[in-house]
Amino acid sequence: MIRVGNAQGFWGDQPDAGWRLVEGAPDLDVLTFDYLAEVSMSILASQRQRDPSLGYARDFVDVVRSLAPRWAAQLASGARPVPKVVANAGGLNPRGCALACLAALSEGGCRGMRVAVVHGDDVLERIRDSPDDFEHLETGAPLKPLGDRLVTANVYLGAAPVMAALRSGADLVVTGRVADPSLTVAPCAVHHGWTLDEHDRIAGATVAGHVIECGTQVTGGISTHWLDVPDLPHVGFPIVEVEPDGSFVVTKPDGTGGSVDERTVKEQLLYEIGDPEKYLSPDVTASFLSLDVESVGRNRVRVSGATGRPPPRMLKVSATYGAGFRAAGTLAIFGRDCVDKARRCGEIVRLRLVEAVGEPAEFRVECLGAGDVVPGVTAPPVGLMEVVLRIAVADGRREVVERFARELMALVAAGPQGVTGYAEGRPRVHEVFGYWPCAIDRDAVTPVVELLEVG
Amino acid sequence: MTTSVRLGRLAFARSGDKGSSANIGVIALTPEGFGVLKRCLSSEEVAAFFAPLGVTRVTRFELPNLGALNFVLEGVLAGGGSRSLRTDAQGKALGQALLEMMVEVPEEGLANCVRAERSEREGAT
Repeated sequence: MIRVGNAQGFWGDQPDAGWRLVEGAPDLDVLTFDYLAEVSMSILASQRQRDPSLGYARDFVDVVRSLAPRWAAQLASGARPVPKVVANAGGLNPRGCALACLAALSEGGCRGMRVAVVHGDDVLERIRDSPDDFEHLETGAPLKPLGDRLVTANVYLGAAPVMAALRSGADLVVTGRVADPSLTVAPCAVHHGWTLDEHDRIAGATVAGHVIECGTQVTGGISTHWLDVPDLPHVGFPIVEVEPDGSFVVTKPDGTGGSVDERTVKEQLLYEIGDPEKYLSPDVTASFLSLDVESVGRNRVRVSGATGRPPPRMLKVSATYGAGFRAAGTLAIFGRDCVDKARRCGEIVRLRLVEAVGEPAEFRVECLGAGDVVPGVTAPPVGLMEVVLRIAVADGRREVVERFARELMALVAAGPQGVTGYAEGRPRVHEVFGYWPCAIDRDAVTPVVELLEVG
Repeated sequence: MTTSVRLGRLAFARSGDKGSSANIGVIALTPEGFGVLKRCLSSEEVAAFFAPLGVTRVTRFELPNLGALNFVLEGVLAGGGSRSLRTDAQGKALGQALLEMMVEVPEEGLANCVRAERSEREGAT
């Protein structure tokens, strides 16, 4: 059996989770960190534009620093460092990330520790060179009209290069765009000696990776029964104990808050999936229809029965493109008729914006509290005394969005009585990146593994 | 004989985005409840419920092993992900919204499928 934990569900998750997970579960074999969501790469691209040595999740270096004392002590006693770490923190610059980790480990006295870099996922040049070969994965739209607006294009690599890195002796594996569940599949396959054509076992580990990839979402976070979940301030991060047949138990460290039960596991199994018979990853096509979910103890749920078939020949590419600018701001409107007042405020801002710079490409007014998170779906409440007015604007021209940011706050004096909550000041103008998924033949992709050693 | 109950008394749910679509997993609270769920929650009804959000197509998948249904909702995120100006551009709230839907369920055997509303449960303890 191998114990794999996840201490990062997304970029911005609790920064001390890695350290806490290792303290709470000293027998952990592998710790995974998932930093990359669909548009994270474009955020990293703007970072890299400002400084070419960046373009990775810098928070991860702090995580490595926090684990260094433990590893240093192990190395000093002649042992290899545990847990091993697999993280897709490398983003657009895995090598830069690995070098920063190497420096942190060197400072932390981890001489002899081996850091692998997995890259080869960046296919931007390839796509720019032959745009006719690529179409939108969902709509079939051609890539060509996007032209030079493409900012990033990264193929989802699977477990294979991470397995190669671990087999070559890496203690820490820093990757670019490796698929989230593959971060878990690779150490399981290496530990149990599986090959990637053992589809049922790979499917089991893929499901295990899917269940923990969003961190605390399987230990009580965002549960429908959230109000009944105990001790959420100390919510534990998840661990899977993966058996040689690919079945696994989901759990969390003793003494932590949250809950791992059949309900939290079932909810997370269904999170962001399409056809449950065809869960696609670069490693396998997994079926969830044969899964058996069973509570086997307090905060212990066993998941077994996964079946798998070969993965698709085409690999998914996550591409992003510059899509203009946006800003959103909020004001609280208190008092009788607050919803009417908020809507009229929206009209005033829109009109002033149109008169100043013309019609914005998109303009959205929401009365949060009056049902506008899902407008028109649930019955509007009556007799509200307060509502949050949120206005969001998007346009290809930065000056339009900047003008909006200035107009909104004028309501503080010109708006209705009871307008308040403006301490945060003007909304900030952001660059927008559109997401453009496409596919590439796996034969056209060459993952690269490099091994570095802490000196 | 049928009666009208809030879906949230029969089931729990989780939602999120999948490209420009969203999905909602709906899980019955009891094994008996799954049968009721399958009968009372069609893709057409879910599409009608979310029509105000601009949904263009709903596909329903059954997971009898989990006592669950998975709905994939196309067009519901107004472009989705990074581009949509909606507060809920990622569809995180759709599960909670769907649990507010009123569904017609048979009165017979209903007690084995539902649980009391939280306010009632709190009152009872």
